[in-house]
Amino acid sequence: MELTSVKSTFDVTAIRKDFPVLSEMPYGKPLVYFDNAATSQKPQVVIDALVNYYMHYNANVHRGVHFLSQKASDAFDAVREKVRGFVNASTEREIIFVRGTTEGVNLVAATYGRKNIQQGDTILVSAMEHHSNIVPWQMLCEEKGARLNVIPMNENGELVLDSLEALLNDNCKFVAVSHTANSLGTINPIKEIIAKAHSKNIPVLVDGAQAVAHDEVDVQDLDCDFFVFSAHKMLGPTGIGAIYGKVSLLEEMPPYHGGGEMIKSVSFKGTTWNEVPYKFEAGTPNIADVIAMGAAIDYWNSFDRAAAHQQEIDLLNYCTSQLADIPSVRIIGTAKNKAAVISFIVDKANAMDVGMFLDTKGIAVRTGQHCAEPVMDWFGIPGTIRASFMFYNTIEEVDYFIEQLKKAIQLLAV
Amino acid sequence: MRTIAEIENEIIDDFALFDTWEEKYQYIIEIGQKLKPLAAEFKTDDNKIKGCQSSVWLTASENNGIIEFSADSDSVFVKGEIALLMEVLSNQSLEAIVNAELGFIDQIGLRSHMAQTRANGLAAMIKQMKLYAVGFQHKNV
Repeated sequence: MELTSVKSTFDVTAIRKDFPVLSEMPYGKPLVYFDNAATSQKPQVVIDALVNYYMHYNANVHRGVHFLSQKASDAFDAVREKVRGFVNASTEREIIFVRGTTEGVNLVAATYGRKNIQQGDTILVSAMEHHSNIVPWQMLCEEKGARLNVIPMNENGELVLDSLEALLNDNCKFVAVSHTANSLGTINPIKEIIAKAHSKNIPVLVDGAQAVAHDEVDVQDLDCDFFVFSAHKMLGPTGIGAIYGKVSLLEEMPPYHGGGEMIKSVSFKGTTWNEVPYKFEAGTPNIADVIAMGAAIDYWNSFDRAAAHQQEIDLLNYCTSQLADIPSVRIIGTAKNKAAVISFIVDKANAMDVGMFLDTKGIAVRTGQHCAEPVMDWFGIPGTIRASFMFYNTIEEVDYFIEQLKKAIQLLAV
Repeated sequence: MRTIAEIENEIIDDFALFDTWEEKYQYIIEIGQKLKPLAAEFKTDDNKIKGCQSSVWLTASENNGIIEFSADSDSVFVKGEIALLMEVLSNQSLEAIVNAELGFIDQIGLRSHMAQTRANGLAAMIKQMKLYAVGFQHKNV
């Protein structure tokens, strides 16, 4: 009963009007945008925030004594509090602006990692990580003579936690795991992983890139030590994201990049660092995109997120059942707990060929390895076709997608 | 014997019949489906050009300064591309292959619809075909 009443508050037709790009007509056909796990579309309010900043109050922040600089600084500073609220951090000092998830992971690896990882230590990741949450740790391991260990997964694309106890041994000094896997859609039991790691005093970084736009994140409830995410996957602009880090850890970490803003005092004899989070934000920040990220968070707070989430679950379930009726389709990633991401392969048809066919019909999907080569290797496949949904997608779009997919199969799988 | 430029112009004329990307895609798929499959013995790692989205196997033999290419791919679209390249470059002199500019690819509007990864794959195929020609040139010196 409750679900029905929630659903009725969500008007997808109205909400689509907030996203100008959804009325585009690639090749003269209505756009069906099913590549949301790669990047989400932007509502008009986010686009307006960017334009307004550049048109009306473009100035550097925290420097000027003039009107524009004050206005820009106020708008910029307000976003740190919005991001804090969005992930429920305890203080805005725990929010560091970065270019995105990738830079966030690299920052933690280069600061916390370099300081604390020693020769012979191990860093634990999972079998379904994006390359961004593998490579920075491999680089750190190489530099330090440390080793990367991997939490295994099963044929459904779910992490197997039986071995976790053994992997969290005395050598293990850090855990980096994704909240939601981009290639499979699996939502990992990160709260359980964090609790187990913490029982051995091992800190945990959560790659939240895929999670923030689909689940309400509460970093205090998760008790993670670091949580990194990108604005562009949650209706915001590209080139901006954030790290949440526990303030006690941030304070003991060395800085990342050197430059202006991150210092307290500079002389040729030496330099003292600014306080967190500024210690980690060298140079003029990405002011416009931070302000637009704030507009995206305001937008999230303007509608019923539970209803939006339900729309995505409905799309996932409907599309999954439609695909299950096509004999030559095999879904890769059938975890019980999934985000609105469906990766699949078609017997006798190359994923890219199918993706290009769908493109000719105005349908945008992703094909290939999804920056998760180890996942594809695990399943023994060269790549998948991935349809990923956002609340602004519709059941009618899924119907059109299925109809065109069947045509692609008819043409290609011969 | 037709020159590379002449064959390219014929392909450009063929593609001029199509107005939309959809029609071009279907035509390339059709060409790809007609490409003779490569014998399993040639589908070796040595002959493989590995890309993010598809794999291509390419081999070549030479007789009196004329190259014959054979190729295959797990992607029908890529097979279509290879078939077009082979149509242009097969039975040409080694020197003509090395110097071929292959402007038809842009003119038929192929590259504009390609993701960067796929465009790189196409470039890798052309490079490998030219490398074969260079290799045979040196062998014949």
